[in-house]
Amino acid sequence: MTEERGTLRVKRGLAEMLKGGVIMDVTTAEQAKIAEDAGACAVMALERVPADIRREGGVARMADLTKIDEIMRSVTIPVMAKCRIGHFVEAQILQSLGVDYVDESEVLTPADEEHHVNKWDFTVPFVCGGTNLGEALRRIGEGAAMIRSKGEAGTGNIVEAVRHLRAILGEIRRLHGLAPEELAGAAKDLRAPQEIVRDVAGSGRLPVVLFCAGGVATPADAALVMQLGAEGVFVGSGIFKSEDPAVRAKAIVEATTFHSDPDVLAKVTRGLGEAMRGLDVRTMPDEERLAQRGW
Amino acid sequence: MKIGVLALQGDFEDHRVALGRLGTDPVLVRTPDDLGGVDGLVIPGGESTTIGKLAVRRGLIEPIRARAASGMPVLGTCAGMILCARRVVDSDQPVLGLVDITVRRNAFGRQVDSFECDLDVGGVGRVRAVFIRAPWVESVGEGVEVLAERDGRPVAARQGRVLVTAFHPELTEDTGVHAAFLGV
Repeated sequence: MTEERGTLRVKRGLAEMLKGGVIMDVTTAEQAKIAEDAGACAVMALERVPADIRREGGVARMADLTKIDEIMRSVTIPVMAKCRIGHFVEAQILQSLGVDYVDESEVLTPADEEHHVNKWDFTVPFVCGGTNLGEALRRIGEGAAMIRSKGEAGTGNIVEAVRHLRAILGEIRRLHGLAPEELAGAAKDLRAPQEIVRDVAGSGRLPVVLFCAGGVATPADAALVMQLGAEGVFVGSGIFKSEDPAVRAKAIVEATTFHSDPDVLAKVTRGLGEAMRGLDVRTMPDEERLAQRGW
Repeated sequence: MKIGVLALQGDFEDHRVALGRLGTDPVLVRTPDDLGGVDGLVIPGGESTTIGKLAVRRGLIEPIRARAASGMPVLGTCAGMILCARRVVDSDQPVLGLVDITVRRNAFGRQVDSFECDLDVGGVGRVRAVFIRAPWVESVGEGVEVLAERDGRPVAARQGRVLVTAFHPELTEDTGVHAAFLGV
């Protein structure tokens, strides 16, 4: 009996398996092991975490393959890696390397200011960021098999992730209440494929898994976005820019699972050491905001 | 019969929907207390090392073993199969040991090798089977009935009232495997 690879079900299916879990940014094999031991459901292999990309500036590209390879060999959980927006060749290379998910990410410097990667061309699944429902549905229309809020990466400030998550989920609730004849207009307003808009309006949910990313720094942040309706959490700089990464990583994993149990949250929130310092997004000049990359 | 779905991490909601299609109203299990209220348990797909660690931290390993030993039906899919196994090749991750099998994790490869295919499953019939970074069964002990094979490796098995699959019946509309579980 013939087997089919890279089907929609297989691509979206891996994201289903990550639900309720924490995906952690790591830059070395050692960090990847710490993440795995803490209970991460996957890791994102990077050269620099977003906080460092922000600080050091320059062009941020796909990570060094030797580094990604080293991380892939050091853990048994899925390994994701980032390509630049629109850089389909970086994506081809990551697929050839065998990473489990490609994140077409605004954290790296965009390679194309008009087009995202045509993700239907690939066997490897893609996760993409969104700040609102229209953006999320455009990415799904291009073949994304998983969506995450963008938040404002590398700030340790949850405010933008909350804004994006509320926007996406609020707009889904609004669509769900529309009459069928109103959906063509809604699709036009959202600048999203009508077929996907109809699907979301009918089911009241995205056709793919929705994670939260961008600014999660504490167990309480993770529980907050889970209670708001995220299906899992990406933690970037929040773990390895904190005082005690192993302890914090473990606490964020537990807070994600037991997000609605304040007694567990109170327990895991103790004795974590200093969180990452963080940045106030309100005082940040527009050109430093990563979430505006992509459209 | 009240069915519980272990809800520490993974696609537990998909199992809840699949079981709902068969007219049951499953509950989510996160603590030993939750486990006390159910008559059968589904261990979902997900990341087996994550689920295993959380189960250890929440003191769920021994209570699940005790319940299974006294005859509670268990269905484990993918990560759930790994957790139900007695041994995992090249790993010391926590397992429940409910079925006398040795499993190999990610045996079919990484995500780019993940696939779906038609599969004949003993006692169920032909199903659309979705394999995601899937394990296979490396060896089986006495009393284990192999229900399906792929590439010459067991990918579904049963011992007593514990049913395990390397694939994800919860990702398709086909409720055959869940119905077989409810019937054990």
